[in-house]
Amino acid sequence: MAIGVYLTFRILDLADMTAEGSFPLGGAVATMCIIKGINPILATIAAFIGGLIAGLVTGILNTKLRIPSLLAGIITMTGLYSITSRVMQNAANVSLLGKKTVFTIAQNWGLSRNNAVIAMGLIIALLVIMLLVVFFKTEIGLAMRATGDNPQMSAANGIKTQGMKILGYMISNGCIALSGGLLAQNNGFADLNSGVGTLVIGLASIIIAEVLIRNLSIGGRLLTLVVGAIIYRLILALVFQMNVEPSDAKLASALVLVVCLTLPNFHLPRNLKGGKQNARSTKD
Amino acid sequence: MPEVLKIKNLHQTFEQGTVNENRVLRGIDLNLEAGDFVTIIGSNGAGKSTLLNSIAGTLPIQEGQIILKGTDITKLPVTKRAKNISRVFQDPKMGTAVRLTVEENLALAMKRGQHRRFRPGVKSQDRKFFKKQLAQLNLNLENRLETEIGLLSGGQRQAITLLMATLQRPDLILLDEHTAALDPQTSITVMQLTEKLISEQHLTAFMVTHNMEDAIRYGNRLIMLHQGRVEIDLAGEDKQNLTVPKLMELFQKHVGSGLEDDTILLA
Repeated sequence: MAIGVYLTFRILDLADMTAEGSFPLGGAVATMCIIKGINPILATIAAFIGGLIAGLVTGILNTKLRIPSLLAGIITMTGLYSITSRVMQNAANVSLLGKKTVFTIAQNWGLSRNNAVIAMGLIIALLVIMLLVVFFKTEIGLAMRATGDNPQMSAANGIKTQGMKILGYMISNGCIALSGGLLAQNNGFADLNSGVGTLVIGLASIIIAEVLIRNLSIGGRLLTLVVGAIIYRLILALVFQMNVEPSDAKLASALVLVVCLTLPNFHLPRNLKGGKQNARSTKD
Repeated sequence: MPEVLKIKNLHQTFEQGTVNENRVLRGIDLNLEAGDFVTIIGSNGAGKSTLLNSIAGTLPIQEGQIILKGTDITKLPVTKRAKNISRVFQDPKMGTAVRLTVEENLALAMKRGQHRRFRPGVKSQDRKFFKKQLAQLNLNLENRLETEIGLLSGGQRQAITLLMATLQRPDLILLDEHTAALDPQTSITVMQLTEKLISEQHLTAFMVTHNMEDAIRYGNRLIMLHQGRVEIDLAGEDKQNLTVPKLMELFQKHVGSGLEDDTILLA
């Protein structure tokens, strides 16, 4: 999840709202595939492909039709709501009760339910990270990173920046839909409204990760995102220990994000300088 | 001498049809032969950058024609021209991707204008080649292949950008005031490097500069733009015997008025 958001937010330097649509889409696709009796691993891959297509749409809106990235994301997100609803055959949620999921596969290895989730989650996260690291070191991967970093220089070096952006949107949303598919399998149901707030969670993980550990290689950065996501969850769990009403949950998580964003400015000015300057110089 | 670049009757007008209409280029005709190193001077607003942007493709061409090595490139986008034209910008930040390492930037430039595939971006034989290339800059960069470019100084970055522009021999190299943002000492180093790379690879080059002395010292041909036209075009001996006062005098004779903005020209 966080990795997907990271791709557009940091690598391409875009805030992509499509996340909020591709996340439930991934959940819906994976769930419906499993119900139709498709192997859960294939179903998860199908979720990834669904996300790729969602990203493709936003990418085309943003580059070929020149709609600003934020708007393009919102448009796709809105449209996806109907599509996800269609995928789920107009139900608001679809249960996976008693079906085979990627996690029950891990349980069959003799793991307890909790350990199965952790093991499978880690395996898939590491797999995705490994693939991405390899990808980012290829000629195309380098070109994509350069596009986000310095579009003018990239164009001057013959990189098709529009194509790179579209590809970035696709991979990013593929990852997000993949995580949506996994979460649906973990929860045991797909939910049409599960997308609300996913972008915030993703951004929070990125920011926590960047505050904690800086100046790493590309692989290291992706790994810290997993840590960031876990820490964000822990912080949220702590907040909920303090008897927060369920309906206030989103407000609480938004506030946690504000704290995460501002704290480093007060306490770690020196530590933050390097990264911030870099981030800014790309926008100059 | 074979012709590399031919510019025919190039016009560029900004805000056409409005009260702010600004005719930046008013009919530029230029021919560059292989190995020409042309320096371009002119006051602010003379059209230097517009000319360069038109050649590079960042500005669509309104009127006129640009022919590179016999191919009409008037309508080609930047990415298509990149194969044959490389460029060094004024701002050292512009020429490199700051979050990428030195070797990754060089690898990107190696593939300029070529098809990019799912192959490793930096191969070990590339690394050896990059080291050799970086060593000739004498900036101790050959052991910093894995440093992020953003951590290097402006001069170091500009030197690397120059190297990137010439790693794969371009038909034409555009230098857009590429030393203007550097301190005087670094500026000299980068200029010497520029001359070395251009003469070694026998490149055809356009160099925009605000520094008259540089414009006179380097290159084999000097062009002065004024109000969107080529006012002075000197080559060969005329260019070699040029001095700053002579150039000022020439300018006054051509334009017919005093140089109000000579402070800018000499800056």
